Amino acid sequence: MIPFDYQRAEDTRSAVATVTARPGAAFLGAGTNLVDHLKLGVAAPDLLVDVSHLPFDMIEPLAGGGVRIGATVRNSDLAVDPVIRQRYPMVSAALLSGASGQLRNVATTAGNLMQRTRCPYFQDVTTPCNKRRPGSGCSALEGYHRDHAILGASRHCVAVHPSDLAVALTALGAVVQVEGVKGARSIPIIDLYRLPDDAPQHDTVLEHGELITAVDLPALPMATRSTYRKVRDRASYAFALVSVAAAVDVERGTVRDVRVALGGVAHKPWRARRAEEALRGAPATDDAFRAAAEAELAGARPLRDNAFKVPMARNTIVATLRELTRREEP
Amino acid sequence: MRVNVEVNGEQRTEDNVWEGESLLSLLRDRLGLPGAKNACEQGECGSCTVYLDGVPVCACLVAAGQAEGRSVRTVEGLADGDALHPVQQAFVEAGAVQCGFCTPGLLVATHDLLSRVSHPSDGEIREALAGNLCRCTGYEHILDAVRLAATRGGGRRDQEWRSPDRAGRPGAGAPRDTGDPECER
Ligand SMILES: Cc1cc2nc3c(=O)[nH]c(=O)nc-3n(C[C@H](O)[C@H](O)[C@H](O)COP(=O)(O)OP(=O)(O)OC[C@H]3O[C@@H](n4cnc5c(N)ncnc54)[C@H](O)[C@@H]3O)c2cc1C
Ligand code: SF4
Ligand code: FES
Ligand code: FES
Repeated sequence: MIPFDYQRAEDTRSAVATVTARPGAAFLGAGTNLVDHLKLGVAAPDLLVDVSHLPFDMIEPLAGGGVRIGATVRNSDLAVDPVIRQRYPMVSAALLSGASGQLRNVATTAGNLMQRTRCPYFQDVTTPCNKRRPGSGCSALEGYHRDHAILGASRHCVAVHPSDLAVALTALGAVVQVEGVKGARSIPIIDLYRLPDDAPQHDTVLEHGELITAVDLPALPMATRSTYRKVRDRASYAFALVSVAAAVDVERGTVRDVRVALGGVAHKPWRARRAEEALRGAPATDDAFRAAAEAELAGARPLRDNAFKVPMARNTIVATLRELTRREEP
Repeated sequence: MRVNVEVNGEQRTEDNVWEGESLLSLLRDRLGLPGAKNACEQGECGSCTVYLDGVPVCACLVAAGQAEGRSVRTVEGLADGDALHPVQQAFVEAGAVQCGFCTPGLLVATHDLLSRVSHPSDGEIREALAGNLCRCTGYEHILDAVRLAATRGGGRRDQEWRSPDRAGRPGAGAPRDTGDPECER
């Protein structure tokens, strides 16, 4: 591990200024991803600015009916918050499906969103990886890639984003609040994450030194009927092979509105807009769910060893929508 | 750097701590508390579980500097002098300890579970201990130990110790994370 300095941020402004001015500096949340990367040599910052104590640990109502989640709210606290549980159950379910109690107890909202891929080559500094070392090549393309992307990948990188929370927030259309030296900006989460294209070293559009301060959830009444379904190799404590976050509003057997996002399939949480379009106005039946899922997955380009994810994603979309619409109409 | 940290109720100060050190090595190598074990160092096995400000965490993924000014309770802090804590006693009696490497982490995780849920269901036990891996026991005796500890009120004894820790944090006293309800079915 390369030696580094550690400091606790005094306030947002100085944290942002410090990291921006120093190319080798990084923000530190709880460290459950970054400390791991320090040990593995995947990250080698020369300064860690600990932002986990900044006063962003509130969950507050927003004018207009939405909810603001502070960047340092712990994953455990967010998952059990009564407002989140009642109005956005998919957020709670997504969090509880991930990591373990020990990790959720400390992990922060912003750190969760900014966690990096679990691609084994990314974590192994002895292997080529374009995300870790741009231009070195992608070991997963012809190597182990069972867990990798089926949508939106490039030949430069086929990794998937690991966050469960981010999938739920993408389905909801959350907006990420960011503070930089040039001021604040709001980024819809769908635009926060990037596809790999030819620059997989960038997971997001954030500039070096930009700090996430909060995530805003829209009012979205239909999210009270929402859920998160995660398919993984074992029942608990594993990353998603495929996951689905969905909310649906059904009236007399017809889908009025719907939100669907997929995890484990792409470099970013995948908002299934084609499926959503196909579903609006359609009957709430398995046939319609399957057709919508197939419309979304028509663009899938699986790798040698992960073609199983295509039917798995389709079936998981159908099962999730079925579960929600059954609940909707007793 | 200098790190000031309260460990098992005692204020400790350690100089020349390297920024890159983990809380786990601070405890084990500098403060003479080898109870929390070092196995995966990646947050996967839970054998390094300790309380940090009253919540169980993986000490291997906490940088030493992050512990500055905070309070830690390790497995060494569970017993009352020579008298084992009821959770420890239950693990001994139920045969939940084989090689023992996972045991300190499981004790802390179980201690935490029972202080929140006095009579957990099997699903709740499994979820709460999902972050603690054991290669020897097949978990059955561990489940037995947790059930046994629960019948003896293993969690009640120390609620007072824990409650002030999260004071001031929003959500203190609110329901706590007991895992994935999907997995409890
Ligand atoms: C064994 C294990 C299993 C896991 N399983 C799952 C799982 O199933 N599902 C899942 O979703 N996750 C899983 N995780 C990942 C876990 O959710 C993340 O490690 C955690 O959420 C990261 O939060 P943190 O606060 O510790 O971030 P840190 O590790 O502190 O930081 C992560 C990144 O975010 C950046 N960052 C932190 N705060 C900010 C900010 N305010 N603004 C901008 N950038 C910031 C840091 O610079 C760093 O790059 C698992 C982790 C482990 C170790
Ligand atoms: S898939 Fe992406 S992260 Fe994995 S080896 Fe290729 S470039 Fe690296
Ligand atoms: S040593 Fe910390 S979780 Fe395994
Ligand atoms: S008793 Fe050996 S690992 Fe659990």
